[in-house]
Amino acid sequence: MSAAPQLVTVLALAAAWIALGIAGLAALHRFGVVSRLLFPAGGAVALALLGVALPAVWGAPQSIVLPVGLPGLPFHFRLDSLSALFLMVIGGAAAGVSLFSAGYFRRAEGTPPGLMCFQYHVFLAAMALVVLADDAYAFMVMWETMALASFFLVTANHRSAEIRRAGYLYLLIAHLGALAILLCFGVLQANTGDYSFDNMRVQTLSPFWASAAFLLALVGFGAKAGLVPLHVWLPEAHPAAPSPVSALMSGVMLKTAVYGFLRVAYDLLPDLLWWWGVTALAVGLVTALLGVAFAAVQSDMKRLLAWSSVENIGLIFAGIGLSLLFAAYGMPAVAALALTAALYHVASHALFKSLLFVATGSVLHATSERSLGRLGGLLRVMPWVGWASLLGVLASAGLPPFGGFVSEWLLLQSFLFTPQLPNSFLNMLIPAVAALIALVAALAGYVMVKFYGVVFLGQHREEKLARAHDAGLWERLGMAWLAAGCVLLGVLPAQGLHVLAPVVERLTGASLAGGGWLLVPVAVERASYGPVLFLAGVGASVVLAFLLVRGLYHGRVRRAPPWDCGFPWLTHRMQDTAEGFGQPVRQIFEPLYRLRRHLPTAFDARPRYAVEVGDHVWHWLYLPAARAVEGAARLIGRLQQGRISIYLLYSFAALIAVLLWVTR
Amino acid sequence: MSALGFASQLLEILVALALAPLLVGWVNQCRAWLQSRDGPGLLQPYRLLHKLFHKDSVVAANASPLFRAAPYIVFGCMLLACGIVPTLSIDLPLSPAADAIALVGLFALARVFISLAAMDIGTAFGTLGARREMLVGFLAEPALLMVFFTAALISDSTSLTTLVRTLSAQELGIQPSLALAAVALVMVALAENARVPVDNPATHLELTMIHEALVLEYSGRHLALLEWAAALKLFAYAGIGIALFAPWGIAEAHAPLALAVALPVLVAKLAVAGFALALLETLSAKMRIFRVPEFLGMAFMLAVIAMLVNLLLGNTGT
Repeated sequence: MSAAPQLVTVLALAAAWIALGIAGLAALHRFGVVSRLLFPAGGAVALALLGVALPAVWGAPQSIVLPVGLPGLPFHFRLDSLSALFLMVIGGAAAGVSLFSAGYFRRAEGTPPGLMCFQYHVFLAAMALVVLADDAYAFMVMWETMALASFFLVTANHRSAEIRRAGYLYLLIAHLGALAILLCFGVLQANTGDYSFDNMRVQTLSPFWASAAFLLALVGFGAKAGLVPLHVWLPEAHPAAPSPVSALMSGVMLKTAVYGFLRVAYDLLPDLLWWWGVTALAVGLVTALLGVAFAAVQSDMKRLLAWSSVENIGLIFAGIGLSLLFAAYGMPAVAALALTAALYHVASHALFKSLLFVATGSVLHATSERSLGRLGGLLRVMPWVGWASLLGVLASAGLPPFGGFVSEWLLLQSFLFTPQLPNSFLNMLIPAVAALIALVAALAGYVMVKFYGVVFLGQHREEKLARAHDAGLWERLGMAWLAAGCVLLGVLPAQGLHVLAPVVERLTGASLAGGGWLLVPVAVERASYGPVLFLAGVGASVVLAFLLVRGLYHGRVRRAPPWDCGFPWLTHRMQDTAEGFGQPVRQIFEPLYRLRRHLPTAFDARPRYAVEVGDHVWHWLYLPAARAVEGAARLIGRLQQGRISIYLLYSFAALIAVLLWVTR
Repeated sequence: MSALGFASQLLEILVALALAPLLVGWVNQCRAWLQSRDGPGLLQPYRLLHKLFHKDSVVAANASPLFRAAPYIVFGCMLLACGIVPTLSIDLPLSPAADAIALVGLFALARVFISLAAMDIGTAFGTLGARREMLVGFLAEPALLMVFFTAALISDSTSLTTLVRTLSAQELGIQPSLALAAVALVMVALAENARVPVDNPATHLELTMIHEALVLEYSGRHLALLEWAAALKLFAYAGIGIALFAPWGIAEAHAPLALAVALPVLVAKLAVAGFALALLETLSAKMRIFRVPEFLGMAFMLAVIAMLVNLLLGNTGT
């Protein structure tokens, strides 16, 4: 036991989460205990996890075998740099979300508070254990626990049919993914019957089977992460879940899929083939573009954020794909750069997306509205939520000096190294890919302006919004923690890189130098980015401008009604709606959507205009598949006549057939 | 980081602050001449700023603090942009803070803040302006990045000072990729600075305006700061064009004499660029907003083609 002190501590922390969950079951209906004691305690455990995992990033791998589970199949756990990094992500985001949850859950909302607390903490513990698992058996058990716990959390408000439907879709795709992952492990163990990851690491597979394992991993983990075309559950499940759960699912759970993919591609598979990287890159890019294009046309704030998560996952997979491509061509330094970009984005997306999701939770509680068409002007009545969300929005839009920009910057830098690839065809193609990434990043800014502008700025679109209340103390604490993380990741990227360096080093064999105030991938002459200096530059200009204006002139302000070109009858309906704000994007990217317009004719007594934005994937893939399954089920259903004589006839026929076959 | 570096950095920022309104005045004056008008004189932008700073700032009753902070933030962003684009010298202490990609991010930061501020009051024109500004922005930003990437592929660096050093060391002659990138940059600059084919800085027809709609609710010192920031942005874009496509005359490090030469050279280049802009604005008509995506899509395509040409033909200049 003493050989793996940090691993034991982490396992103990996961056990503490489960214990908190069980305590929640014990105090099933005692709301005060659950919300004021258990959730903050869960947050403290998350903080401890962050603190334990941080030094483990630099430590040697530690492993342990626990004799639980089936006889002869003990759980193997292992803590190495990659696991430690993802534990940090889980701990960092969960700390904020747990603090927020302490103030968020209300009485009488579907599931009793104690049960919610149980599911929530089991979910957290399962995510931590997935990252630690070192054999396929433990991994799948934890993976399924995670999926089931999150399924029950999504359907917390199970009385609504829409939410049950979303939960069903989520469960279905989660299991399709789990099947693919199971098959992937089956291929990786190469007929040895030993499912431990240690065994998989030493197996050599033929290129065919290695490719099969890679593609299965891409499908399996892609289903969990939300890669196109397996993304359809995200925009359904995230709005259905309570906001802290959406935050955990979007910010953290999607990252366990990224972890699994990295584990298989970089650790378990022996050699990399170049087209794997291209495949992951292509899938990631399509996902990113589709995600951001759909986010721009949403009119439900949580759905918008869910689509934005699809986009971010796409960017992360694009980075991983690029890194795999470089690694396959034996360019470890650039592979390290691209992988650093992807991992940095994992961390910053975990924080800013959790922040934005919990902020929508506060908005939802204060206004009981989720539709962008009924919000507006909340910055004035909910300043805490508004200003914290502004930080999240700026980070999410990939603007300097916030977290999202660092990863975008690193990713674009790694694209500039593609001319060194030995494959001239790829050399031609990849600049176009960089252009696409730039487009996605710019569109993300558009989406975030839409989100923030419609929810928090402008006039109230409903009367009752003026009476909305700001978030409570616990909610503020949670949001402050997450917002501080967004800012720190943005301002101190060199320190962030210092933490990532051992992880990237172990996976690709090279790493980026961290430390100092400047972010320098190769040399200062080549490229550098210094957020501290950047922030100081903007800040000093702002302060100087302010002081000079006040000093040389005056600071007089007169309040008056809005000018609006002299138009005096301003109402809230004259602002852009969410649909209006998304209209240019809808027009430019029209082929991406499945649009159905209802246009009025000149003779309509009550003219009505409506437009419906659908997903091609849903129409061309899922509905035909569902129809095929239903058709097959109906054919099989014909066998079932419900009369016992018919069934006896089947048995008889089967018996005859078997006899004929045996005596042949 | 030499004392000279700090001096040239400070000088560059001060020159940008001082010359930016003059550049706007020059463009307006040239345009007036081309349209056979007398024009308001070169110094009109300074008078306007002075007047606006003196006036009270009228703020809408329901404006949030974001509305009042935005002009300062936008001004700060543009000032930093002028500080990191090498216009006078390449010995700039602020240069490591932001390379070309971060510069694009800096413009985006300013754009997001001004758009958010425009949505803050909740007027029809404000949100309309914000939407159009973000539309132009998300189309122009990737094109600008691709222009920078073309230059970055030539000099193997995204650092603006290294870009200028490599490009100015090249033989005089047109690289096909740079020529394409230059056209793309001009198109992006027209769109980003709210110039004629995309927007009209002199418009007062509400339905067609973009930049004017954004700043419609501002008055007094806030408006002055935004106008000054717009001038600085034009200056920064002119600086980018000069740095990438006409970098000769920008002072090298450790050359105090060259700095003295660099200033008149810069003024001459800006005068030519300003006249060209006025000519372009006079010769073209404003297009409908629905045509803007096509216009910027073309800029984007040109910039991507420039990159591909660079990869196909290799580096012909060095």
